[in-house]
Amino acid sequence: MTEIIVVTSGKGGVGKTTTSASIACGLARRGKRVAVIDFDIGLRNLDLIMGCERRVVYDFVNVIQGECTLKQALIKDKRIETLFVLAASQTRDKDALTSEGVRRVFDELIADGFDFIICDSPAGIEKGAHLAMYFADRAVVVVNPEVSSVRDSDRILGLLASKTKRAEEGNGGVREHLLLTRYSPRRVSTGEMLSVADVKEILGLDVVGVVPESTDVLSASNAGVPVILNEESDVSRAYEDAVARLMGETVPLRFVDEPKKGFFARIFGA
Amino acid sequence: MGLLALFRRTPPSASVAKERLRIIVAQERSARGSPDYMPLLRRELLEVIRKYVNVDPAAVQINVEREDGHEVLEFSVALPDKAR
Repeated sequence: MTEIIVVTSGKGGVGKTTTSASIACGLARRGKRVAVIDFDIGLRNLDLIMGCERRVVYDFVNVIQGECTLKQALIKDKRIETLFVLAASQTRDKDALTSEGVRRVFDELIADGFDFIICDSPAGIEKGAHLAMYFADRAVVVVNPEVSSVRDSDRILGLLASKTKRAEEGNGGVREHLLLTRYSPRRVSTGEMLSVADVKEILGLDVVGVVPESTDVLSASNAGVPVILNEESDVSRAYEDAVARLMGETVPLRFVDEPKKGFFARIFGA
Repeated sequence: MGLLALFRRTPPSASVAKERLRIIVAQERSARGSPDYMPLLRRELLEVIRKYVNVDPAAVQINVEREDGHEVLEFSVALPDKAR
């Protein structure tokens, strides 16, 4: 049984690719066979975040257009045995991606026994975003606690509920999960930032993860190592929790409260 | 944040954000299921009305209500105090 999960948001720069890479790694580390696919045609970036940019020979569009086999295009991760990356093409032709082509690739991955297909959606609501979500069983909606991101993700929820295969067939629709990134418990406590509860209430979604704001995300992308693999980081722990919840485990939320300050720290500032 | 912060009154901007989002999200969700011609219909109706009364675009509300089996198109215009 293969599960197709789209990582989407509407707004750009909120952490879709970072999240796709970390969730894919987290699932694969648990022994699942995972393919993570970059749907951002023309603006390939998942390869950089995964650290395999120099190993891209063939891409998603090459496979769809029959210029190579899927096996040739799947890049096997050097760290985790069961993880594979399919890069986006750098072509400017947006029509290179077709629904029929995507379905063929998915069918082949399913026949090959993959447990998960993670679709890294491009920003926006154009064709790439549409195709990334169309075949999905579940959606991880990545949101920053900020007005434009929340509003855009609500647009995406509307599309998930109408423009997907599951919605069209009427069999329960796509299961949606909320993943908050760049969360700052300190700013939430001072009333400067929307809280998890606020965003949850506005969008009406269950929370699959809250990832704290951290410099570790940039260091990880600089190095080409998905941030979940940096065991020292709270971001890694937050993504690990999110992966556990995706797999049906019940894990309490962490990193949502400001660490308690002592008496002197409160008086004199820290 | 130290002693000074106690005296500095910063408005709780998150609650403003939440209120604005609640309204806009509810509005956009209600428009979601409505027919594609609605924005154009709204614009053209507005043009007709403005031939006679100078109304503000924001004063025009257009809604499709679904009541068991049939749809009702609801159109309301708040006229200015002094019609031109």
